[in-house]
Amino acid sequence: MDFGPHLILATLEGAITAAVISLTAVGLSIVFGIMRIVNVAHGEFFMLGAIIAWWVATAVGGHPAVGFVVAILVAPATVGVIAAATDWLVLRRITYDPERTIVATIGLLYIIQQATLMTFGPDARPVEPPFNRRLAIPWVEFGDGGLSLVWPWGLGTTSYKLAVIVAAVVILTALWLVMKRTRLGLIMRATQLDSEMAMAFGIPVTRVYAVVFGLGAGLAALGAVLIVPVQQAHYLMGGDPLLLSFIAVIIGGLGSLPGTLVAAVLIGLSDGIISVFFSPTLAKILATLLVAFVLVFRPEGLFGRRKT
Amino acid sequence: MLEVRRIEVAYGQVQALFGLSLAVGPGEILCLLGRNGAGKTTTLKAIMNHLPLRSGQIILDGVDISRLPADRIPRLGIGYIPQGRRLFSELSVAENLEIGLMAGGSGREVRETVLGLFPRLQERLRQQASTLSGGEQQMLAFARALCIQPKILLLDEPTEGLQPSMIALIQDMVARMKRRNVAIVLVEQRVDAVLSLADNVAFIEDGRNRETLPAVELADDQERLARYVGV
Repeated sequence: MDFGPHLILATLEGAITAAVISLTAVGLSIVFGIMRIVNVAHGEFFMLGAIIAWWVATAVGGHPAVGFVVAILVAPATVGVIAAATDWLVLRRITYDPERTIVATIGLLYIIQQATLMTFGPDARPVEPPFNRRLAIPWVEFGDGGLSLVWPWGLGTTSYKLAVIVAAVVILTALWLVMKRTRLGLIMRATQLDSEMAMAFGIPVTRVYAVVFGLGAGLAALGAVLIVPVQQAHYLMGGDPLLLSFIAVIIGGLGSLPGTLVAAVLIGLSDGIISVFFSPTLAKILATLLVAFVLVFRPEGLFGRRKT
Repeated sequence: MLEVRRIEVAYGQVQALFGLSLAVGPGEILCLLGRNGAGKTTTLKAIMNHLPLRSGQIILDGVDISRLPADRIPRLGIGYIPQGRRLFSELSVAENLEIGLMAGGSGREVRETVLGLFPRLQERLRQQASTLSGGEQQMLAFARALCIQPKILLLDEPTEGLQPSMIALIQDMVARMKRRNVAIVLVEQRVDAVLSLADNVAFIEDGRNRETLPAVELADDQERLARYVGV
């Protein structure tokens, strides 16, 4: 395949990664921005979303679309409830102390991972996409007769992959509307800005934290449900999304949702493109190197505010 | 109405209040006077339950509220205007007021009443709080606290860093709240303001209330003022 069609293919793959990383990274960013804690177990909530999606889809049976629809409703909600319960049982008791929270969520990471290994097993298991029509992508060629449309062999995608990108855009738009236009969003933003004053105005901050931790984990799980028909569910699948989400959050600016979103799209696209042309490992190395540069030259991130 | 009984408060290992007591009734202004670090702000934070008590009680209308979660305190009608205003800086003026209205369970009519007291805020409803001038920020802090329709108002240095016209406006607002039978606990460094506004003055020193006296008795007592606040 020529370079042009190959680049389109790589960009499409990158866009899918960007869509999923956007959801996961925004979840991580919300948790950090409002609760000021680093959730090292965030990738495991992603993995749990995929595993629960497999379980639900398998249990429901019938047409793949039915199982998938039930999974996309049940898995994020279940993971959100598990995360909120974790907040209540663990994080609240260690008073959200940043250092102790890191240690606690590392422990949580291993508990979730090993519990999944013991119950789900070590195999990767697929979830059937609800629809999966093959779509050929045209390419423009300049020949003797001028410009003409051609359909190069191998240049194509599926309707489901395009739907993943659209779904991520819809979900993130809905999240933005919740944050900006609803009372819940106002409460979360006020808590983020000054939790003590939020309490002085009747906001139950500990309950807000439980909701935020559940929402962050639920977003990661939602990303996983969307990607599991493409990637398969596996108990070790949380590592890459966690790494890429951290990279997006740091590059975008800690706690900045727009920054995280822009960085997630950039990281996702570059990860997809570099993975197709070179190797996935090189993509991760370059992304990590970019984080190092950002930390050295702009520690507040691309969209973060410089402390005065 | 509000009674603080022998409270002890500490920041970690460092004790800040040692058996401090005070009381304020409806329509009364109690001013806390004392040097920096005496424990005035800590007292207000303890009343808001932002700091746990080691011992003692905070009694509101005969009920001990010292063990309630901090987010329940404003719902009991205690409004707080902290030192440095502490607005929700990235929220708009309207959103800051909305937070106050939610705390008081108040509706549109309360918002209109409050904006009637501060017409300048009405013109800036969509403006981000951090972009307001210092005086406008203090107006917003006041308006936000009034949105909960408080029966007790805790004010921590509300005139700090303001120009004279704004100080007069804030003092007028405090006097207006007093006329509405709101009990006010005021931390203020400006002795002239204290003497003109307060009914009683509590002298706070080393985390203790050394004595509480009627403000009218202090106008000619420069010696006492000098001893406690260095005037």
